[in-house]
Amino acid sequence: MKETILELKNVHIHYPISIGTVRAVEDVSFSLYKGEALGLVGESGCGKSTLGLSFLKLIRPPGRVEKGEILYKGRDLLKMSEGEVRRLRGQDIAMVFQNPLTSLDPLFKIRDQFLETIKYHRGDIPRDEAIKMIEDILEKLGIERKRMNEYPHQLSGGMRQRIMIGLGLIMDPDILIADEPTTSLDVIVEAGFIDLLNRLRKKFNLTIVLITHNLGLVAEIADRVVVMYGGRVMEIASSEDIFGNPLHPYTKGLINCIPNIELEQEKLVTMPGNPPDLVNPPRGCRFEPRCPVAMEICREKTPDLIDYEGRKIACWLYRG
Amino acid sequence: MENSTEASKYSLSSRVGRIFKWFITANKKYGAEWWILIAGALIILFVTYMALFPQTLAPYSPLDQNTGPQLMPPGPGHPMGTDNLSRDILSRMIYGSRTILGVAFAAALLSSIIGIPLGLISGFIGGIIDRILSLIMDSVYSFPGLILAIAFAAMLGPGVVNITLAVAVVYVPTYFRLVRGQTLSIKEELYVEAARAIGARRSVILGKYIFPNVIATVVVVFSLNIADAIMTEAALSYIGLGLPAGIPDWGMDLSMGKKFLPSGTWWMITFPGLMIMILALGFTMLGEGLSEILNPRLLER
Amino acid sequence: MKNLLRYIITRIFLTIPMLFFLLTLVFIILRIMPGDPVSAMLGAHAPESVIEQKKEELGLNKPIGAQYIDYLNQLIHFDLGDSMIFKQKVIVPIKEKLPATVELTVFGMLFTLVFGVFLGAYAASKRRTGRDFSIRLYANVVYCIPVYWMGLMLQLVFGVWLGWLPISGRVSPRILVSTFENTGFYTIDTLLSGDLHAFIDVMIHLILPSVTLGIVLSGIFVRLTRANMLDVLRSEYILAARARGIPERRVVYKHALKNAFIPILTMMGLQFALLLAGAILTEMTFSWPGMGRLLMERIYLRDYPTIQGVIVVFALFVSLVSLLVDIIYAIIDPRVKY
Repeated sequence: MKETILELKNVHIHYPISIGTVRAVEDVSFSLYKGEALGLVGESGCGKSTLGLSFLKLIRPPGRVEKGEILYKGRDLLKMSEGEVRRLRGQDIAMVFQNPLTSLDPLFKIRDQFLETIKYHRGDIPRDEAIKMIEDILEKLGIERKRMNEYPHQLSGGMRQRIMIGLGLIMDPDILIADEPTTSLDVIVEAGFIDLLNRLRKKFNLTIVLITHNLGLVAEIADRVVVMYGGRVMEIASSEDIFGNPLHPYTKGLINCIPNIELEQEKLVTMPGNPPDLVNPPRGCRFEPRCPVAMEICREKTPDLIDYEGRKIACWLYRG
Repeated sequence: MENSTEASKYSLSSRVGRIFKWFITANKKYGAEWWILIAGALIILFVTYMALFPQTLAPYSPLDQNTGPQLMPPGPGHPMGTDNLSRDILSRMIYGSRTILGVAFAAALLSSIIGIPLGLISGFIGGIIDRILSLIMDSVYSFPGLILAIAFAAMLGPGVVNITLAVAVVYVPTYFRLVRGQTLSIKEELYVEAARAIGARRSVILGKYIFPNVIATVVVVFSLNIADAIMTEAALSYIGLGLPAGIPDWGMDLSMGKKFLPSGTWWMITFPGLMIMILALGFTMLGEGLSEILNPRLLER
Repeated sequence: MKNLLRYIITRIFLTIPMLFFLLTLVFIILRIMPGDPVSAMLGAHAPESVIEQKKEELGLNKPIGAQYIDYLNQLIHFDLGDSMIFKQKVIVPIKEKLPATVELTVFGMLFTLVFGVFLGAYAASKRRTGRDFSIRLYANVVYCIPVYWMGLMLQLVFGVWLGWLPISGRVSPRILVSTFENTGFYTIDTLLSGDLHAFIDVMIHLILPSVTLGIVLSGIFVRLTRANMLDVLRSEYILAARARGIPERRVVYKHALKNAFIPILTMMGLQFALLLAGAILTEMTFSWPGMGRLLMERIYLRDYPTIQGVIVVFALFVSLVSLLVDIIYAIIDPRVKY
């Protein structure tokens, strides 16, 4: 039996703005199992990054979790005090952000950014021991230890990305959330990153949530994939199923967009249309306006996420 | 609205109606910023009325030295009291608005008239002219404005025109720098490139493409600038460099009041200062409100 | 360290053209303006011969170009010329008054920095709450208060009504300045001479003027800090720091404020002009014997060489501060390459 480490139950996240409310995440439920790598995919603006931030209760005001529960080891994060959640961040659940170039404070030495992270979680660790911890983790990441005395701008992008991961892993967390971790890296560095993440996963017994629109990256790392569109979950399935046999029309569309060298496609396939307006979302299925196989009912009613042949899917096509 | 015919679209009543409707919806759209703008505009309107028609509001002539006892605290007949020459302070406040508003407005207008074209030319032509103008303007800008105005006012001597000139000189670089910066960035925009590519004349590009885009920001700065000019004018007359005696002026009344401060005649300093502050606040609020509304990106703040 | 020194030297050389233009500006204002200083000083009825003689004495009968060269030549030799009224070098009264102005400016600035920057950072961290709104209101209102009026009102309340604080001068008349006077900075002088009683008296005299100056300038610093803090608080490294479990207070006051402070520092160079202007007006209000008072006194006496000297010193002051700001900037921001 797989052990559930993080569970989302009917999570709704709203951002009030001057012209209404952005329904960034609507009724999302899924579980994260210990030791797995979960890919959270979808186009930009589908709510995946917002959802990732909610795992740490870090949604920027005025946005907030309107409804639902986020259970970490059975306890609802949303009901915890600010102090409790703070101790969780970095210690139990860590996060690596989109852009390594802007995710490190430019005015603090690498060493000091590590030291403060250790200090505010484990004040009992003496300084020289903390330095030893930093040296250890830098070694595992393949960075010379003397680099810790430098400022972020003195390091290359790839190095900064590894430092970011190091900062995430220094307290040996259970879960690592990586939000578009490779967007700003070049291909070679990206390959190195994938390799590193897979190695670290075994070494630290990590549970990984990979938030990305890059399906190639998901295929390399994830065991299971959650496909999101317009703030809702469209499909949840194992990596093999998603790439081998996508069922949801949106998932199919996404897979088709991956350029395929072997087939020598002349043209880059794209999905027509734009992501939905989240202030006034479509009444029925969020994907209906762009769906090639939309039916009458799709416009009227939102499909629920149901179990279907060992996976979960929200689409009227797979109803009876 | 959709059913309205071509003719009614232009009728006065529907136009007023639409403006009124916009007025109401703007409140919802912009929130607090909208009320700041309205409050600022109301202050300005009120003081402008005071300046244009002082005789309709003032109980006495500002120079009348026979309105009652000397140094009388606020009370019946003299809501703001009287000064050391038995003049009615309320009346002096009302007439004094003419001087400060007139000088500040004229100075801001004058500096924009000089600063805007220079900024346009400097930004548009570039090269050596730009470099020299920028260096001069930056030097003037970095120098404390008040000291500059003091020097000018001291050299020119007292008088309404002279004080206006002294204040205007200080703010020319403000407009120059703003307009030059904007011109430089707009110059690189695609539509200007396109106009140049099809052979539009320089004057056409300047007048048709660049100037209209610059003017929106200038409006905001103009309003904020008048607030600054008010403070400078008041400061000059406070230290005794502004105006010959006989012209009612808030800054001058304040320096008069300073002499009687040790005896506790609070009304002689409270009201002129309050008036200067309120008027400057009016223009600041108008400018801030405008900038929030004209620049929606700032709304998030 | 060696690089920093080279940077500082380069920066000094870059200040020279700006200073040159400022000095030229001062010359233009004071010479090309209508009106003849000598006849203005001696009065309209002075005999022609006396005026001519005075002009020759001051070198004012030469063509304007030659006067300009004389002026620059004098300045290069750190000479501000002689007073037209008193038998003294222009530098003498300036030397005497400058410390008073610097002391006032420094204390005013300190007050503004601590008070304004903290309020701005606090408002940004409590964005869109009642407290944020009140602080913004305070900043906008305070920005529109004439500094001298603020001074007068504080004098009225704390000096005249409550009688707590003195309203004019740098020390009480009963204290003999000659017993401790040394550098001209009374706070330092009294401490150096070990006269605690005099030190307290000097500090008490400093309270109202520097608080006046500080409060009025704090408005602009609240606004600047708040805007910069909001920008910084939106940045990814702040989010990343929060995600590492760094406590909110440290995120705001250590990470965000340190980053927000760099642009604030740059602005401070520009705001310094405002500070000087404020200082002049405050001096007038509090009978503070500094440069502003000197300038105004000499304007009434039409002592043109001294007026020119005072303004030149102000120009030097401004250039010096902008230089200092750049150097501090280079020291605190590791990204600046020099």
